[in-house]
Amino acid sequence: MMAELTTPDVAIDGATVSEKPPVRTRGEIAKRGLSSPWASLVAVILAVVWTIPTAGLLVTSFRPSLDINKTGWWTVFTNPDFTLDNYKQVLDTSQTSSLTPYLINSIVITIPAVLLPILLACLAAYAFAWTKFKGKNVLFVAVFALQVVPIQVTLLPLLTLYVKLHLNGTFWAIWLSHTMFGLPLAIFLLHNFMREIPGELIEAARVDGAGHVTIFFRMMLPMLKPALAAFGIYQFLWVWNDLLVALTFAGPGTATAPMTKFLFDLTGSRGNAWYLLSAGAFVSMIIPVIVFLSLQRYFVRGLLAGSVKG
Amino acid sequence: MATVTYDHATRVYPGTERPAVDQLNLHIEDGEFLVLVGPSGCGKSTSLRMLAGLEDVNQGRIFIGDRDVTDVQPKDRDIAMVFQNYALYPHMTVADNMGFALKIAGTPKAEIRQRVEEAAKILDLTEYLDRKPKALSGGQRQRVAMGRAIVRQPQVFLMDEPLSNLDAKLRVQTRTQIASLQRRLGVTTVYVTHDQTEALTMGDRIAVLKDGLLQQVGTPREMYDTPQNVFVAGFIGSPAMNIGTFPVSGGNIEVGPARLALPRDVAGKLTSEDDNKVTLGFRPESLDVTSESNAAAFPVEVNIVEELGSDAFVYGTLRGSLAQKDDAVITSGAGDNQVIVRVDPRNVPMKGERVFVTIRPGEEHVFSAATGQRLS
Repeated sequence: MMAELTTPDVAIDGATVSEKPPVRTRGEIAKRGLSSPWASLVAVILAVVWTIPTAGLLVTSFRPSLDINKTGWWTVFTNPDFTLDNYKQVLDTSQTSSLTPYLINSIVITIPAVLLPILLACLAAYAFAWTKFKGKNVLFVAVFALQVVPIQVTLLPLLTLYVKLHLNGTFWAIWLSHTMFGLPLAIFLLHNFMREIPGELIEAARVDGAGHVTIFFRMMLPMLKPALAAFGIYQFLWVWNDLLVALTFAGPGTATAPMTKFLFDLTGSRGNAWYLLSAGAFVSMIIPVIVFLSLQRYFVRGLLAGSVKG
Repeated sequence: MATVTYDHATRVYPGTERPAVDQLNLHIEDGEFLVLVGPSGCGKSTSLRMLAGLEDVNQGRIFIGDRDVTDVQPKDRDIAMVFQNYALYPHMTVADNMGFALKIAGTPKAEIRQRVEEAAKILDLTEYLDRKPKALSGGQRQRVAMGRAIVRQPQVFLMDEPLSNLDAKLRVQTRTQIASLQRRLGVTTVYVTHDQTEALTMGDRIAVLKDGLLQQVGTPREMYDTPQNVFVAGFIGSPAMNIGTFPVSGGNIEVGPARLALPRDVAGKLTSEDDNKVTLGFRPESLDVTSESNAAAFPVEVNIVEELGSDAFVYGTLRGSLAQKDDAVITSGAGDNQVIVRVDPRNVPMKGERVFVTIRPGEEHVFSAATGQRLS
């Protein structure tokens, strides 16, 4: 299989060498180096090594708890023994070790914590990119500079603020925190995308009778789909996998605790519940995969093609 | 349908001293096709964008019809604009592109469809209505941009070099299409271009700008026959006019051995600043090849001959006494100290040959050597 895949590469390389003068740019050298069969082999090996722990986790999650404690996951190849019990226990709402309420919490946390920053960042980025107001540049640099602040620094002051506002321990505290932490990058990212849209398009729309609202909803949002999807996935993964923010603001109880906290507890307090941990981890991994695959179709290149000449 | 009036309209870009458009006064009649033409950076596009409302007016006013639109938003000016790079909405189909303005205005769907289809028929776009811009060729995109303007049925069309992205053949074709379409629709049109051929062929009137200042407005014929200053004389016409500065003595302009009578009324306009010199312009097509014996003839040494089939142009250097004189510098489309002469394409001189040419009487243009303004 390997040989079949790489043979055409070699042929193409040979053709280019004979056509082109011997002087090569660094890019060409790099391209040649990276598309050689050896490079492909290295890439495949890296990919396999990288995937082994995840594969091991997947196998483990289907093994009976006794087997997990006794032997390593690779023994399934000689002694296959699979069960769905781990998943049943993790998803069964009647049990105390059930993951389901945390899973729901995670979804409740993630959806607004992704949509809110996107919405605000879109509006802000539009203002920064296409309107004129005093102090715009200073403000923009300030927003971008906020990215430098590590979120750990802000945790305690924010918590004090939430306590004063009686928001601590509610979903609002988590939603707002994620929004705040996500906004600077989102504004910067979307601003850059918006600036890439040719100015004549906006001018054409203005002459066609569109105000800022129409331009924003009918022109910007459709053209920004790839950027929105990219940031959406980024923010989704960040919020979904977040433990720190949830641990700080979700309060002591389990009412607003996300799945990461549950998994953390599994490893921490019940280090022996390995069989539950592997199944829980897999449930938590499958959702980002679904999100990624469903947003993937928006990653279209050349969305602006044909709008302006040149 | 409306007139357009620039009343001392001025635009100064922030951070610059010199206005991009300086005190522009221009009145465009209802239904007229006016071409703004000039070299790049002359302020023609800025003038158009001021009319569109995309550029602020720092001083003066702009009227569409009787309405003062100086501080009106673009969307409320009832204008349609065609951009140089077309600026089509990439995420919409051709039909949606063309109907976008009407959709915003809240026109009923059936009417939008009908008007879009009408415009598409005029522009031969009917079969492309459901395509996205990226699936169209350059010429088709240009037509969609035109269609977007036509569908609006606006009071004024603004076109900012809409042909400059087309290849030469298509440009000539589209040029006539746009001109005839404008005559048919009768919509007042302001058209910006840097190409004087486009200006001459399309415009009812032409306005020449340079450095933000209006040089001259007139019909193509007026611009060609009576350019008001040296700049317009050199800009309009292809190949460009030969322009040189020559001494005047005894009521004659001395072009080397040749003597050209300077009319009395023109001579009377000379001032002391002119230092007894005039700037003389003569078009390549105003020159006749004669013999050395002709008193009004001056010699030209042929450098190259350009044969175009219908015409032939001699690019030559002035010879004889003219060549020695430092102050008798002549310029033309070919460069300094070069003259262009149109000759009979069936009878062209050889390279290196010396020909004698005369300026056909009445076809010379006399300008003040000091101010560059027309005297004759």
